[in-house]
Amino acid sequence: MTSALELTGIRKTFDGVVALDGAVFSAIPGEVHALLGENGAGKSSLMNIAAGFYVPDAGTVAVNGETVALSGPADARGRGIGMVHQHFKLVKPFTVAENILLANPRPSFRSGIQDIRQNVRKQADQLGFDIDPERRVGDLSVAEQQQVEIIKVLIGGARILILDEPTAVLTDVEAERLLQIVRRLADSGVAVVLVTHKLHEVKRHADAVTIMRGGRTVATADPHVASAAELTELTVGQTAPLPARAERPRGTTLLNVGALYCARGDGQVMVADASFFVRAGEIYGLAGVSGNGQAELAEALIGARQPLSGEIWLEGPGDIGTLPPAVRREAGLAAIPADRYAFALAGSLSIADNFTVATIQSGRYGTPWLIDRTAMRRDALEAVAAYDVQGVRGVGQKAALLSGGNAQKLVIAREFSRQPTVIVAHSPSRGLDVRACAAVHERLLAARDRGAAVVLISEDLDEILALSDRIGVMTRGRIVAEFDRPADRQEIGRAMVDHA
Amino acid sequence: MNDFFINWLANVPGTAAPYAFAALGLIISERSGVLNLTAEGLMLVGAVAGLGASLTMGGHPLIALLVAMLAASLMSLLFAGLVVILRVNQVIAGLSVVFFCQGLTGLIGTLANWQNHPIAGLKKIAIWPLSEIPVIGRILFDQDLVVYLAIPIFFAVSFFLRRSMLGLKLRAVGENPAAADAAGLNVSLYRIGAIVAGSSLVGLAGGYISVVSVKLWVTGMVGGRGWIAVALVVFARWAPWPALAGALLFGCIEGVVPRIAAAGISVPQYLMLMTPYVATIAVMMWVGARNRGYQGEPGALGQPHVREERR
Repeated sequence: MTSALELTGIRKTFDGVVALDGAVFSAIPGEVHALLGENGAGKSSLMNIAAGFYVPDAGTVAVNGETVALSGPADARGRGIGMVHQHFKLVKPFTVAENILLANPRPSFRSGIQDIRQNVRKQADQLGFDIDPERRVGDLSVAEQQQVEIIKVLIGGARILILDEPTAVLTDVEAERLLQIVRRLADSGVAVVLVTHKLHEVKRHADAVTIMRGGRTVATADPHVASAAELTELTVGQTAPLPARAERPRGTTLLNVGALYCARGDGQVMVADASFFVRAGEIYGLAGVSGNGQAELAEALIGARQPLSGEIWLEGPGDIGTLPPAVRREAGLAAIPADRYAFALAGSLSIADNFTVATIQSGRYGTPWLIDRTAMRRDALEAVAAYDVQGVRGVGQKAALLSGGNAQKLVIAREFSRQPTVIVAHSPSRGLDVRACAAVHERLLAARDRGAAVVLISEDLDEILALSDRIGVMTRGRIVAEFDRPADRQEIGRAMVDHA
Repeated sequence: MNDFFINWLANVPGTAAPYAFAALGLIISERSGVLNLTAEGLMLVGAVAGLGASLTMGGHPLIALLVAMLAASLMSLLFAGLVVILRVNQVIAGLSVVFFCQGLTGLIGTLANWQNHPIAGLKKIAIWPLSEIPVIGRILFDQDLVVYLAIPIFFAVSFFLRRSMLGLKLRAVGENPAAADAAGLNVSLYRIGAIVAGSSLVGLAGGYISVVSVKLWVTGMVGGRGWIAVALVVFARWAPWPALAGALLFGCIEGVVPRIAAAGISVPQYLMLMTPYVATIAVMMWVGARNRGYQGEPGALGQPHVREERR
């Protein structure tokens, strides 16, 4: 059978950095073909080339056996290649129909939009989506926006459907539904490329898997035959060892939160009567379904949100609930926020600036009138080496150029450089691949072993269970249950839903 | 007192027209995501080109106005090149173009000796019998051709933006260039087109001042109206019809200033002359206090587009 899509010998560099080197890929009609790899392995770059967004430096793209030189996304669409990006390409103020009309232009707006409306309804019915073509895309949920993207691509007549990390933004139930629809599309003869770094999706839902590592294709396998361990080893290179975890005596209480109340920007009270304490040398895991006040609690702890009432007591200064972040940091509090690009890094500033900004007020890098760039660069270089931040060509390079895992390592390097006594980490491994994730966990455990008190807020129960000494379950703004290690997964799950 | 109001209001369409055309031109360009501050400069270019064409070529004033539109469009290519192709900061580029045009138009006017040579201008056309209706007749149906044309032009632009394929694409480029790019549109080309097309209306606004209103070229005669048009766009939330309403409001203010003085009411002259700007500040404060932010602002206003190759 001829391949629907065949990429051979693809090479691509960005500003001299090699992203793809001799990558190959081939998918046949009617199959779900997974493209597996860690962050930065080159999966998205390769598929962006297939969809006409990037022009390869070398190599060929063939569609249905015919070698083509794609001039752009429109050309690729004309040849039946449709891509749903990880970051959706939708115009938020437009309606669903307008967005789809934009991507599938018709000669006349009036008849075009009517035609599109009917088509949207038809496609939505077939796929079991509940999408009203007249709604504004900005008002839709993330899962619905993704459905709009899929409808958009299908109305464009796509026979090759590329989904870039489609489940990264979905809940488990939504993801399961999406993957079933993907299967149905494949059964109707579409070649589906599923870009992912989740092994269980590959095992359960793919007919074939191509594995990428460091810009190269390392293997193509049958996921039903290859074992999970084999696939992991192909993806990671060598299997990342689990961090060693020694039992330690716990010290005195370093952080105590008492009867804390916090409201969201729109006035909705999200944290209601939350109380817990964390001692020296322990990791306190806060589990819970997203949206139960974890984000607001984390912000209140680090000083980004003013609590309505209650106490945040820190060993040393006492109640810090109303004190500015600078005072808290001075007292030994460190923060690893959930959105590292929004709250932890200034993307357009250099790595050195991002690393030293936390300590520059101490006078370590010169006076307020004259800063010592040499010392800044020296310390940043040391930290980059010590924390194994990869992809750094120089510490003068912009922080935004780092991949997710390396950006997080830089944040941790900065936050830990001052030997903090209390660490607030919110979803510290979100979006990171296996190895970066392990590095982050190792750092948190090292901080605990050093005698710091760590608050680990995460929606990933595996992460909580692997690291925490004690676990609190947060539901509707309260800590509804606490468990000591070793905690029972079922009991925690029950606590999450019982009180909802 | 009745005469005072009728005379004043009969003048308003003429004083409002430059604001309306300039704001409409800016809306077209800004809906494509280009923050356009060039109005003051391009209006001067339109004014000097229109008057110059009238003096040198003669002919119907409408030809002079077409020359004004063409000249402003040509000059806007400079701005388009700076912001779309070279991706210069749009505020800096806009301000530079204004200062450049101020100097250039002054120079041209002096070298060609076009200063203070009056022309016949455009005659008013009374639409009989509507013009005979008391009060309303003189205000609405005894105006020049360009004022009458303003209504169909606003309808056309409004329809174009909301209900045409090209308008949909133009707005997509301004709201989310990455999505427009993914849809296969050439973002740069759309932005250059929007700047050039919008600027022709800005040029018409300038030409109207010199050829129709004042019938004379005086250096710097646009006198800040371009800046008010920039503010009007924000006030109108980038929508044509509110911009027309805003233009009429400023037309009223501009029209009343000389009349108060003429009526013998003693108010310091400079206080009167700054009224439009005080009104601009007041309107902007009102808009800001009411909206809490810029609703309707194109999502990518002021941001150059580079196809994202790396985060």
